[in-house]
Amino acid sequence: MIYREAGQFKTSYASDQAIFPIAQDRAVVLLALAAAFVGPPLLASEYWLQAILIPLLIYSLAAIGLNLLTGYAGQLSLGTGGFMAVGAYAAFKLTTAFPQVSIVLVFLLSGLVAAGVGLVFGIPSLRIKGFYLAVATLASQFFLVWLFNKVAWFSNYASSGTITAPDRAVLGVTVTGPSATASARYLTALALVTVFALVAKNLVRGRVGRSWMAIRDRDIAAEIIGVRPLRTKLLAFGISSFYCGVAGAELVFLYLGSAETQAFDIGLSFLILFMVIIGGRGSILGSVLGAVFIVLVPIFLTNAPHALGLRLPVALQKQIELMVFGGLIVFFLIVEPRGLARLWQITKEKLRLWPFPH
Amino acid sequence: MTDLLYLVAVAPFTDMAGSPAFLVEVLLGGVFAGLMYSLVALGFVLIFKASGVFNFAQGVMVLFAALTLVGLLERGVPVVVALALTTAVMVALAFAIERLVLRPLVNQEHIILFMATIGLNFFLEGFGEMVWGANVKRLDIGIPDRSFIVRGVQINQLELTAALTAAVLVTVLALFFQKTRIGRALRAVADDHEAALSIGIPLKTIWVVVWSVAGVVAIVAGVMWGAKSGVQFSLSLIALKALPVLILGGFESVPGAIVGGLIIGVGEKVGEVYWGPLVGGAIENWFAYVLALAFLLARPQGLFGEKIIERV
Amino acid sequence: MSQPAPARPLLEVDGVSVRFGALVAVNRVSLAIAPGEILAIIGPNGAGKTTLLNAISGFYHPYEGRIAFDSTDRTMLSPPDVAALGIARTFQNVALFKGMTVLDNIMTGRLLKMRGNFLLEALYWGPARRQELEHRAFVERIIDFLEIQAIRKTPAGRLPYGLQKRVELARALAAEPKLLLLDEPMAGMNVEEKEDMCRFVLDTNQEFGTTIALIEHDMGVVMDISDRVVVLDYGRKIADGAPEHIRKDQAVLDAYLGVAHD
Ligand SMILES: Nc1ncnc2c1ncn2[C@@H]1O[C@H](COP(=O)(O)OP(=O)(O)OP(=O)(O)O)[C@@H](O)[C@H]1O
Ligand SMILES: [Mg+2]
Repeated sequence: MIYREAGQFKTSYASDQAIFPIAQDRAVVLLALAAAFVGPPLLASEYWLQAILIPLLIYSLAAIGLNLLTGYAGQLSLGTGGFMAVGAYAAFKLTTAFPQVSIVLVFLLSGLVAAGVGLVFGIPSLRIKGFYLAVATLASQFFLVWLFNKVAWFSNYASSGTITAPDRAVLGVTVTGPSATASARYLTALALVTVFALVAKNLVRGRVGRSWMAIRDRDIAAEIIGVRPLRTKLLAFGISSFYCGVAGAELVFLYLGSAETQAFDIGLSFLILFMVIIGGRGSILGSVLGAVFIVLVPIFLTNAPHALGLRLPVALQKQIELMVFGGLIVFFLIVEPRGLARLWQITKEKLRLWPFPH
Repeated sequence: MTDLLYLVAVAPFTDMAGSPAFLVEVLLGGVFAGLMYSLVALGFVLIFKASGVFNFAQGVMVLFAALTLVGLLERGVPVVVALALTTAVMVALAFAIERLVLRPLVNQEHIILFMATIGLNFFLEGFGEMVWGANVKRLDIGIPDRSFIVRGVQINQLELTAALTAAVLVTVLALFFQKTRIGRALRAVADDHEAALSIGIPLKTIWVVVWSVAGVVAIVAGVMWGAKSGVQFSLSLIALKALPVLILGGFESVPGAIVGGLIIGVGEKVGEVYWGPLVGGAIENWFAYVLALAFLLARPQGLFGEKIIERV
Repeated sequence: MSQPAPARPLLEVDGVSVRFGALVAVNRVSLAIAPGEILAIIGPNGAGKTTLLNAISGFYHPYEGRIAFDSTDRTMLSPPDVAALGIARTFQNVALFKGMTVLDNIMTGRLLKMRGNFLLEALYWGPARRQELEHRAFVERIIDFLEIQAIRKTPAGRLPYGLQKRVELARALAAEPKLLLLDEPMAGMNVEEKEDMCRFVLDTNQEFGTTIALIEHDMGVVMDISDRVVVLDYGRKIADGAPEHIRKDQAVLDAYLGVAHD
């Protein structure tokens, strides 16, 4: 009886077009957001921030990026890792060349660089579709990682292409590099994810998102409405790569501290893709839920035997993790192919009727 | 500028002309690698044709087959028995996959099935290593890794055997699909599930059969590749190298997989040897993709596809 | 509505042929559509009706001949360019955006009427927000016009066939086209749905002055709503005239009765 639209007449299209038309939703989301900004820095341990919350936020951003391309625009991409690498190496080059430039600006510029690269690799999408395109995006994955590995200029001639995040401050607080606290890094990642999730939501509920989905659902019908396929797909590749680029820069600067090219190998691309599929294609919220799932499951699997008092050899532990992880993915696809976002939606619909089923 | 042009456009060719025996060696190496790619690509094509599934786990199936075989050999099982047992394992795997993964996901979108095979990929990787151990293993099938020289061209006996075996298997499979009743039926399913059902072959059987055949193909690829470079995790990555073959030859074309594999194998070797040093080497990882893409931009329908005008 | 065709037709198809390999699907067809007219295109299965519409809307480019809209040549335009001229259409096999709600489907139809400003849209701020709301209001009028208020928020893919056809019409109308091409808008509908659809087509023509070309197999419908009928058979135009003439035309009767061609 408490959670429902009843009594909230949509007096105008403005409120009906809002992201959360239901007042309770708005309140809950705002509260959750406030809690996310205040809670963890005060309460969470270093381990929680570093091992769980920070990667979770960064992966969320990357998953939102990939979801724009794959979930909304329908272009399956396996090149996410490559675009994230572009962002990371661009941020490294930019901030070492111009140390005085604000690191937030550096992140955004790195995103733009990644967007440019994404545009180039999006060109084949005009001629090829589906799995052919997916395989073609692997070209970007392998080529980019190879490039950063081979051309020493990208890592300022460090051995084996390692890049390390230097200390950089925002408003006097160090947010990257060895002397940045986990809380500072967490808050930076959270702020970026919040802003970009909102931007993504605005894009997908408007003109741009509709042309993406139109191309995804029925390209010929989209064309006769005036959607230009190449421009629309390239925009999706560009924006998506921007998100992935920023996430890649964050991955090194806010999470890993330093990284080699291996950090961006094809495994990363699959990880992000899993977040999108398990979270829910075509859902911004789903991207975040997917990231939560993919980050938490391995941690749970690592800790579960321990909690049960089992002492497993490291290798065996790793193998069991792989098996359970793989099995869970298949299981989830069978249970709900449309992802966690869909489960969430169903729950909400049930809640709306509660306590009167129909 | 002219220097660069010379290095890119002239020098490689004078190198080739300067040492034809070496060129032949490079080409043969390419053909060998190409046949292996064809073999793996065939595994993809078989499954894709019959069930529309882009089976990302093909590479791990290669690894899994090789691990199983090596594991049995290490325990003193004779080669023939070990091969038979491995085949049985792969068929059992096909049954399990059909029952546990494909059947519950029938009629789902292709991307969902694709994701499921990636899950399968993780599972098999963990499972294989848990059962057989994760260390690198030598696979000795009794063919010496020796070379002999014919007219100045060095030929590796192992590679030659592998290439011949691959060639035979590829031919057999091609014939199977073109000439036998069940082969033709399998092809029919790809085009139209209803049609296949109407000729009285249950979808279930068809899936088990193609996954079993793909499993056998994986054994052969695993043996060949494993004998060459040891059985280890990296075996599962050769699947990634077979993917450009699919772009080139098409996901559904058996001849496409064969010719595509050869083109990619040879193109990649020649590229690596003659042009690779210009950019610091190790271009094998992506060169094949770029090659396939460049080709596709010129001919979007692939090697053997017919140009079709999309119906509106 | 059946005044004599004015001197300047809205759309002119002049000697157009479309080939698929050896098959000539449309063979030197010429026709003109006058502003404000409802033209029916009929013909047996495989006569080339859909192919002709596809050529007009830029999916296929004619092998010979030319097409002019508003007296300007547009033979070789791409579909988005055709859309920009003010031509909208529906498809024989319903081509809705299945994953999107009915509302979003129709909003997508407004695409060309919307101005893009990426940054403002990203912030959903100021003019971008205002524009979105204005178009929403317009779309609501179409929703009222076609009586689909109840399914606004339903994903298009979940609707029954008849409603899908109606939503597709709504999406086409959202573009405020000058020329509306309908490919079998009533196929697969029951009598009641057909009546509704006829009413919508006639209302569209009368209220918005939209010129309409429609393909239809149901002769009753054709006779009722069209001002003029063009008959295709084996890719050729075999008749062109008022409905009552077509009904008596010998060539047309032969084509429909399957009389052998010589
Ligand atoms: N993309 C294509 N490639 C090859 N042939 C085609 C294509 N599209 C249509 N055809 C052929 O062109 C001919 C005309 O087809 P079209 O769809 O225009 O017929 P139609 O008059 O719309 O028929 P129906 O009443 O069945 O819709 C048919 O023989 C059809 O098979
Ligand atoms: Mg038709």
